[in-house]
Amino acid sequence: MHLPIKLTACAVLALTTAATAQEVTVASWGGSYQAAQSEAMFKPTAKELGITVKEATLSGLADIRLQVRSGAVEWDVVDLGATDCAIGAREGLFEKLDYSVIDAKGIDDKMVNDHWIGVIYYSTVPAWNTKTVKAGPQSWADFWNVKDFPGDRSLRNRPQVMLEMALLADGVAPKDLYPLDVDRAFAKIEELKPNIATWWESGAQSVQLAKDGEIDMIAAWDGRLAAAIADKAAIDFTYNEGLLNADCLAVPKGAPNKELAMKAIAKFVSPEQQAMLTQHISYGPVNVRAFETGLIPEEAQSKINTFPANLEKQIVVDAEWWGENGNRMRERWDSMIQR
Amino acid sequence: MHDMTACQRGHTLNRQELAADERREKRQILGLSLPAAAIILILLVIPVGWLFALSFVSNGEIGLANYARMVEYSAYLSIFSTTILVSLFVTLLCIVLGYPVAYLLGQLPPRLATIGLAFVIVPFWTSILVRTYAWLVILQRQGIVNDALIGIGLIDEPLRLAHNLTGTIIGMTHVMLPFLVLPLYATVRNIDGDLMRAANNMGASPARAFRDVFLPLSMPGLIAGSLLVFILCLGFYVTPQILGGGRVIMVSMKIQQNVQTYFDWGAGSALGVVLLLIVFAIFYLVHRLAGLDRIFAR
Repeated sequence: MHLPIKLTACAVLALTTAATAQEVTVASWGGSYQAAQSEAMFKPTAKELGITVKEATLSGLADIRLQVRSGAVEWDVVDLGATDCAIGAREGLFEKLDYSVIDAKGIDDKMVNDHWIGVIYYSTVPAWNTKTVKAGPQSWADFWNVKDFPGDRSLRNRPQVMLEMALLADGVAPKDLYPLDVDRAFAKIEELKPNIATWWESGAQSVQLAKDGEIDMIAAWDGRLAAAIADKAAIDFTYNEGLLNADCLAVPKGAPNKELAMKAIAKFVSPEQQAMLTQHISYGPVNVRAFETGLIPEEAQSKINTFPANLEKQIVVDAEWWGENGNRMRERWDSMIQR
Repeated sequence: MHDMTACQRGHTLNRQELAADERREKRQILGLSLPAAAIILILLVIPVGWLFALSFVSNGEIGLANYARMVEYSAYLSIFSTTILVSLFVTLLCIVLGYPVAYLLGQLPPRLATIGLAFVIVPFWTSILVRTYAWLVILQRQGIVNDALIGIGLIDEPLRLAHNLTGTIIGMTHVMLPFLVLPLYATVRNIDGDLMRAANNMGASPARAFRDVFLPLSMPGLIAGSLLVFILCLGFYVTPQILGGGRVIMVSMKIQQNVQTYFDWGAGSALGVVLLLIVFAIFYLVHRLAGLDRIFAR
């Protein structure tokens, strides 16, 4: 009498563990970015690990906070902006990553954290309209130099990265950037303010402004600029002093399939999948070993922001610094804009 | 002294019955208005109360942190003053532009007035977003206005009409104009033309007749329209966001920003509460000055 029951219980237990252990849910940003991730990362990982990778979309850290705080965590891996990861880690929203499973070799130390790891790079670069500007600014100092490079400018309406830019323009060496000299940075932004025609809000808007000739020079994201240039827009940019920022991966605290999540993340940041992603979207792999895989065609390599020759011209943004100071800077930024 | 006449007794009885009747009627009206009251309670009072309660919660702790922030950073004061000044200015522009339109429509024969009214209402049917982007195309550096002005040689350098306060006010005025014209037109239409003619017969100049007769009679419509425009302006989001170039920050934009920055409804709620109090204060002021019951009773 007891035996069958035990057996069924065992079978049920085995079945449920089998069902849950073989599945991992990844939440990302939807659109062309997630479509690319799906092709380059999620589908190959499912195949290689013999599991199911379920996909979900999120809209930011607030979603994860809600799940973790209500104790109803549905996602195993989440893709966020690196500063959000830094904030989330500070709030204790993530599991510790298991670096005995995840191999972080080839990834910049700033992008390897106890609770999160970088996954792609995007870069904020100096760009210009080629119709109205003959010789474009080759550094942030040039961008700030309104005498030799006359014209209307546009910066993003956020302190992130803009403060770094201002300090570089003011002559701070990249290695001395952090911790940011905030007063100096704001003073330098104030200096350029009269020449800023627009503070841009969305990535789409930034490209529109540059394309339409609404402004002459802009600090914008390389991926979108590259797409516009491929579309024959009269825009050019340089990777000189580009500021690399990342998207990151993390495991929400209490994720149902934590262990499998680690294995999946290990795959997502592996040189192979990192290399494959570049064929679907023009974001840079965080893992520089991607360039050694031979999976990225020669002619495509030099166009990627983390291609070694481009990488050495750029500076990696310190997400941790922003995780700590972001809100304070945002308020100060708004006060500055309003004046 | 103590004994009442039959007549008096009848009176008392009648009064009692009347009073009972009145009570019955009150209960019936109360009963009939219950569903409406319940809807207002569920859709308005509870959410606003919740908003109010949330504004005292920051990072899971109860306190005044969300309000303290508004004092600590100078941005908040200038955001509130920008919001009020922009709203006032747009309201003024709407009056200046809208009054003649409403006046003219009021004088036209009904059929022509209907056609004129259509011109006021049709833009009203187009999405605010579309109209705002249209203004961006018209006003921007390489937009129609600048191209035309440079083309005829009036200016050498393009004027800065968009991505700033100028663009925001132009766009908002366009969006808001019907809100002023429509209530004003309704009032103007009902002003008896004979009154103006009478004033003229009594020897008043047309200007005097307008000032002493027409203007006071149109006041309720004008105040209702202005109030509508002003209060809608206070909560504007789309137009300043697109035409303001990041420079013009109004309260609604800061609410959205705060929810994003602090991941906390409380940070946005506190701003909402202050804005609501400002609106109440304005209503009270207008009521004291002009008598809202008189305006809305019409």
